[in-house]
Amino acid sequence: MTARFAPGDPVRVREDWPEAKAKVHIRTPHFLRGARGTIETVLGAYPNPEDLAFSRPAAAKPLYQVRFAQRALFPEGKGAASDTLIADLYEHWLEPVHG
Amino acid sequence: MAEYHHHDHVHLDHAPISDHGHEPRAEYRVLERAVRELLIEKGVVTAEDWRRQIELMDSRNPSMGARVIARAWVDPAFKQRLLADAKKAADELGIDTANAPRVMALENTPTRHHLVTCTLCSCYPKAILGIPPAWYKSEAYRARAVKDPRGVLKEFGTELPDNVEVRVMDSTADLRYLVVPLRPAGTDGMTEEQLADLVTRDSMIGVTAARNPTSVS
Repeated sequence: MTARFAPGDPVRVREDWPEAKAKVHIRTPHFLRGARGTIETVLGAYPNPEDLAFSRPAAAKPLYQVRFAQRALFPEGKGAASDTLIADLYEHWLEPVHG
Repeated sequence: MAEYHHHDHVHLDHAPISDHGHEPRAEYRVLERAVRELLIEKGVVTAEDWRRQIELMDSRNPSMGARVIARAWVDPAFKQRLLADAKKAADELGIDTANAPRVMALENTPTRHHLVTCTLCSCYPKAILGIPPAWYKSEAYRARAVKDPRGVLKEFGTELPDNVEVRVMDSTADLRYLVVPLRPAGTDGMTEEQLADLVTRDSMIGVTAARNPTSVS
């Protein structure tokens, strides 16, 4: 499976709330939905936990470390300008950011 | 964090999460017992399998991780192997990581400090550090580690200047994170065993630095 994104690519986390519609298991934290970040590392492909959690056949999905600026996530926070957060996110939760 | 995450499925990889004292809530204890008895009754696992698994988990503790870090401090080639593949490197020291999820070691530097959390549950490098401390699983730590990491660090006695990047690692998926703390100053003549004494569980989670040699008698 080829990874769609490469290190350095700007991405946006999908602003989607499947929880509102059905019983689901999502490994994308709420506080990151809609946030902009940068691909840090391509980790390889891992079985989709959204299926694994329900014992369904799970296709392997590219997984990435995505880097976010701490201040962009929590503007009210007391972090330093260079502080960062990294989360591990599956490709189907990421959208490309153009320009 | 919404409640459905706790209730809708059995999470094989994680301990039950609780903020109500440090004991699992009564309903989870009942649920655990019911599931365990059913699995045994239906022949999926044996009581002996169950006992052995608990014994194996109880046998793991942070001193294993401390040995890994101390080796990385004295052996640059080992450190490179650890950063490339932490499970394989731990295997070299006789730590069995065969059934564990992937572990990534994160090297602290004079300009970057890593802090590990799992905002969704309680993911932790159990194969190398054993069972996580209760505070690591608490909702307060998990929420505040991402919102105000410097405030959390301060409560653990760790104050970092603004020119050190605090990098919070939220282990949301298939990786577990192990922090390689900075080797403290004044440890040049120390043996690997003495160095391992300076590596605490908390320093491998990233809430503190490794101990200063003058604090150890």
